[in-house]
Amino acid sequence: MVNIQQLHFGYRKKKVFTGLSLHLQPGHIYGLLGKNGTGKSTLLRNIAGLLFPDQGTIDVMGFEPGKRQPAFLQEVFMVPEEFYLPNIPLQQLVTSLSPFYPRFNQQQFDRYISEFEIPVDNKLESMSYGQKKKVMISFGLACNTSVLLMDEPTNGLDIMSKSQFRKVMAGAIDENKCVIISTHQVKDLENLIDRITIIDEGAILFDQTIEAISSKLSFRISFDHEEVKRALYSESSLRGSAIIANNTDGEESKIDLELLYKAIVTNRQSIQSAFHS
Amino acid sequence: MQFRESQAIYLQIADYVCEKILLKEWKPEERIPSVRELAVQLEVNPNTVMRTFEFLQQQDIIYNQRGIGYFVSASAPQQAVLYRKAEFTEKDLPQVFRNMYLLGMSPEELKPWFEKYKQQHFA
Repeated sequence: MVNIQQLHFGYRKKKVFTGLSLHLQPGHIYGLLGKNGTGKSTLLRNIAGLLFPDQGTIDVMGFEPGKRQPAFLQEVFMVPEEFYLPNIPLQQLVTSLSPFYPRFNQQQFDRYISEFEIPVDNKLESMSYGQKKKVMISFGLACNTSVLLMDEPTNGLDIMSKSQFRKVMAGAIDENKCVIISTHQVKDLENLIDRITIIDEGAILFDQTIEAISSKLSFRISFDHEEVKRALYSESSLRGSAIIANNTDGEESKIDLELLYKAIVTNRQSIQSAFHS
Repeated sequence: MQFRESQAIYLQIADYVCEKILLKEWKPEERIPSVRELAVQLEVNPNTVMRTFEFLQQQDIIYNQRGIGYFVSASAPQQAVLYRKAEFTEKDLPQVFRNMYLLGMSPEELKPWFEKYKQQHFA
């Protein structure tokens, strides 16, 4: 659904991507992880047609995003991390924007707004950052575009809203939609994303499904010195060492995304070797 | 539902479904919540619930009626006991045995505790 080949992109002097390739399929929620400044938002903007590749190609459902053809734009929605909303009532915003999205569903939007407990009568400027964010999320989901891009969607959401966000997302994904969420808050989304994509140093460092990860790697707490030494990655904690080891007995453990991320960023070879054996 | 530390989420959801069946909240030949309903309730990816359902079908605990949904199979109560018993003896018991060994406790010593527990929670 989204095909990126050898993408090169830079802002003036700063190179961001140097030959990034990525293939995204419908029916999944992709978690896009990476250090600050590695280009997560830049990648989303390239996919949305807000930025243009220097070299390489991006294909989204047969369209070239940079051309910004209406038939492409009605299939893509992006919830940016920071955004401006005009000071108008909620429904006026919907009336002005929804005609651009043929599959927009007002009932669905109203349901999200009530699930997120957003006061409908308020003007947008009187809303808090978190409330505005929830408006954008609700609108983006209700547009029912094939591609939905979300940049740090849980930033600014309170605890209840994060839980509602997960519920709403779990109910919104279907086999025709491709959702890409960039995030640092892996704990917020741990059980929601089913494919992890990590970018670093201008390219894709790691890209695997949750299923593949738990069949290849084992996440556990160990008190055994030898086992900790042999582990692909370990981190001492109060309750013994949290380790990532090769999954040798076929037993699938719960993935600790934060630990996996640290392991890949600090010692990628050892983790990647587990997937190539 | 609180997810535990160690086990893959799809297996934890399988435990959840088995528990509903063992507690007779979900009865044989009854329809169970859809993949989407369960995903929303548990705040997990629907693909994960799909994996649970495929797993439980292999265990003959649930079955699929195309276009209608998933149902508790007639043999589910027995099958769920078989599956959970195997899990319990392999995964939970070693931990209990380890503590019993360290504390010098015998299985007989546990009996009154077990009776009391049943009285308190399932009487």
